[in-house]
Amino acid sequence: MAATTSITPEILAKYEPVIGLEVHVQLLTETKAFCGCSSKYGAEPNTHICPNCLGLPGSLPVLNYRAVEFAVLASMAIHCEVRERSIFARKNYFYPDLPKGYQISQYDKPLGEHGWIDIPTPAGSKRIGITRLHMEEDAGKSIHDGFPDSATRTYVDLNRCGTPLIEIVSEPDMRTPDEAYEYLTRLKEILLYTGVSDCNMEEGSLRCDANVSVRPRGQEEFGTKAEVKNVNSFRFVRAALEYEIERQVEVIETGGRVVQESRTWNSQEGRTYSMRSKEQAHDYRYFPEPDLPPLIVSAEWKAEIAKSMPELPEARRARMIAEYDLTEQDAQTLTATREFADTFEASAKKAKSAKRLTNLYLSELTGRLKAAGLELAQSPVTMDGLVVASDLAEKGDLSSRQLKQIFDIAFEKNEDFPVVYEREKPQQISDPAELESMIDQIIAGNPKQVEQYRAGKKTVAAFFVGQVMRLSKGQANPALLNELVTKKLDA
Amino acid sequence: MKPESVLTEKPPSIDCIRRQVADGTKTAQAFAEETYARIGAVDSRIHAYLALSRERALQQAKKMDAMAKSGQTLPPLAGVPVGIKDVLNMQGAPATAGSKILAGYHPPYDATAVQRLEAAGAILLGKLNCDEFAMGSSNENSAYGPVRNPHALDRVPGGSSGGSAAAVAAGMAVGTLGTDTGGSIRQPASFCGVVGVLPTYGRVSRFGLIAFASSLDRIGPFANTVLDCATMLGVIAGHDDMDATSSALPVPDYAAEMAKPVEGLRIGVPTEYFADGLDPEVRAAIEGGIEKLRGEGCTIHPISLPHTRYAIPTYYVLATAEASANLARFDGVRYGYRAEDANTLSAMYRRSRDGGFGAEVKRRILLGTYALSAGYYDAYYRKAQQVRRLLTQDFLNAFEQVDAIVTPTAPTPAFKLGEKTDDPVAMYLADIYTVTASLAGICGISVPCGHSSEGLPIGMQILGKHFNEGTVFRVAQGVEQQGVMPVS
Repeated sequence: MAATTSITPEILAKYEPVIGLEVHVQLLTETKAFCGCSSKYGAEPNTHICPNCLGLPGSLPVLNYRAVEFAVLASMAIHCEVRERSIFARKNYFYPDLPKGYQISQYDKPLGEHGWIDIPTPAGSKRIGITRLHMEEDAGKSIHDGFPDSATRTYVDLNRCGTPLIEIVSEPDMRTPDEAYEYLTRLKEILLYTGVSDCNMEEGSLRCDANVSVRPRGQEEFGTKAEVKNVNSFRFVRAALEYEIERQVEVIETGGRVVQESRTWNSQEGRTYSMRSKEQAHDYRYFPEPDLPPLIVSAEWKAEIAKSMPELPEARRARMIAEYDLTEQDAQTLTATREFADTFEASAKKAKSAKRLTNLYLSELTGRLKAAGLELAQSPVTMDGLVVASDLAEKGDLSSRQLKQIFDIAFEKNEDFPVVYEREKPQQISDPAELESMIDQIIAGNPKQVEQYRAGKKTVAAFFVGQVMRLSKGQANPALLNELVTKKLDA
Repeated sequence: MKPESVLTEKPPSIDCIRRQVADGTKTAQAFAEETYARIGAVDSRIHAYLALSRERALQQAKKMDAMAKSGQTLPPLAGVPVGIKDVLNMQGAPATAGSKILAGYHPPYDATAVQRLEAAGAILLGKLNCDEFAMGSSNENSAYGPVRNPHALDRVPGGSSGGSAAAVAAGMAVGTLGTDTGGSIRQPASFCGVVGVLPTYGRVSRFGLIAFASSLDRIGPFANTVLDCATMLGVIAGHDDMDATSSALPVPDYAAEMAKPVEGLRIGVPTEYFADGLDPEVRAAIEGGIEKLRGEGCTIHPISLPHTRYAIPTYYVLATAEASANLARFDGVRYGYRAEDANTLSAMYRRSRDGGFGAEVKRRILLGTYALSAGYYDAYYRKAQQVRRLLTQDFLNAFEQVDAIVTPTAPTPAFKLGEKTDDPVAMYLADIYTVTASLAGICGISVPCGHSSEGLPIGMQILGKHFNEGTVFRVAQGVEQQGVMPVS
């Protein structure tokens, strides 16, 4: 819902946007980056703190090696080269939620460099470069609202202070807001698969800043960029970029110059605002953190960490497409999270036909879950129930109509598939004589279709099967019915 | 007329105290009370102590006496009254770092070195005056007033650990902890006629030390003898999980090292340290010390440390750069001094820091901020880091040929209060012989080596390679055995 400007699509098309993204991700360690305090979200303010979190005189940082392992795993997952020797640095600035007056980060020697991920675009797969992945600590939180005296005071909660983060900086390789959206989606998916973060945007464990500039198409040189800070959903990133691109084009088209600045996204109004002087022209005076020796990630340690690397989403999709005969779209659905893909594959191994299980899941379960607003974990029909359904269908013991009816009842009564099936076990007509009499009846009533069939249009057989199925109120044994229809028509 | 002095009778050694407490000749409580009485009698003239921790001290003394009474083996520092420089955290006492900005601040935990001293039986008497945030060479930068040199009350005790040196010299502690960033243990030890040790960087945990320049700051002991210093270092040294820069190397038995003869050791004398600006009396005293070592069987070798002349500017770029970040936390937000009249965040920062920090601290924060600024980093900070490596290499090369290096600790004996306060560069040059070892991370000591014609102590600096404190102690003991003791 980006606010619209006066720029026409024709004018917009004369410009090429250039987008780069900076993503901060909170690592799922038990404790903070440089002390033993819990990094759990949501505790009472200022309860997960120690002299280190408070920046008390004399406190010193001690590196959490679990955080390093997570950062290395994330680096490898996005194809970064992991530096054997990386350096922590101090980033200096004053703010009340930054107790030491500097943030421990990495600067000219980050942990990971030269990575990439592939994203789908309408023109096919596109590789987006990743400049760097570095480790740093989070600051605390300044709370400006919600207190009776908030008009005159700001409160500070230091629980988050020192939580381990990784910052992933992309190359300016994206050219549309959609590409930025895809990049974020893919990046998040990869990180979720590695398990290094829960990537929960509401809780701030994934945050995104977008750098965007525009240049006349054909021009090599980049335009002046603006940085849109801290946008809290991928959809908003896309909307903010759409707005920002139009705004910049308008500035240029009306004879102005784009100013390099930080801007903030207002999702209610659908527009960005300049953050003005506040965040401008910071000189962070980075220098190597003297309290921490260089971080050495040896080849042995790296190899040890690599052992915990799961199959990543893209590789998994490729394998599952081949293994279960899926479409790209279906593979996408089934690999949406690592947990689900694991659950699904475990079930697929139990089922007699993985292909049929897949189809049932996609045709019968997903739609109903979506309509009922349920997660798979809340589904009345469990994956085991789905395996039962799949195997019954595979054997030909249930028609698709019967299946659908059982699914409907299961969702209506909140019961699993096998429970409903056992109770309502549909009377299947498996008596050939009874079926044949029904087939005869349909053949007699549809001479035209019989003629077509006999003229060579074999697919018409499905019409007769369908008609008999309807006549039998869905109770005809589908396998037997198929066989008899063909036999009768060929006779 | 000889200036007034406040010196002690020959003080007891650490081992003597421990033995007396153990056999009940004299209780730890008596040692503690006696030292407090001495403080009460003389410190109004010296001003070494900023705060006393009587309750904690007496509790510990009682504990040592109880252990002795029940026949338990006493720890190495049992009953030894010690003082702690006010940049080190010690629960139960304020930690001001000599600054107004930390007035009234009580740390909630002990520094590792402090905790280890107490665990070894030492009695923690209180907190010792120092230059604000350990920045200074005369102790005149303390927000709580200067310390006076016990040998001559119109003279400075040196800095920044002036209180730590003066307390030992005046018998107000048997040992003390100081810190040394560019010479802040060695130079006051020299000025006050006591022994002061600069341990190798990483040898003693910095946890709980209010940082000045993290890559240079070291904690070390002062005492009357080399052996007492070695005993104290043996207690506080060793790896600490709370300090990522502390070394995992095992701590040697320093007493055993010192039992080896000094004979045969190769002693380097760097020509650069005996050039212009060296007081003739200091030169004569150090040369006398060198001859003594030769007489004891050491071989003397002239050496060169060619990058020495770059050390002062290099030190002042790096130390101030780190200080500018280390002192950012004193912002008036969570603890310490806060200006009350500010209406905006920025005004609160500016006024709190302006009102809380003294002139020298502000000067160094500005220098360091400048050196790290965009556009200047390469010319200052990066260049200084490169020179630091060259200076370190100078020493590594020298230690291929010699076991220890001897130099004067300071170019002059203690100067008068107020003599250099208007000339920061002259003050900075008081550290000219000490900053090199600070930058190189090597260990050293200042040991008394004679007196000036005015009766002021002169110290010899002995430097050893990384983690080679044992050798430094051996050589220092060789010099010490000349029989140089504080005048009484």
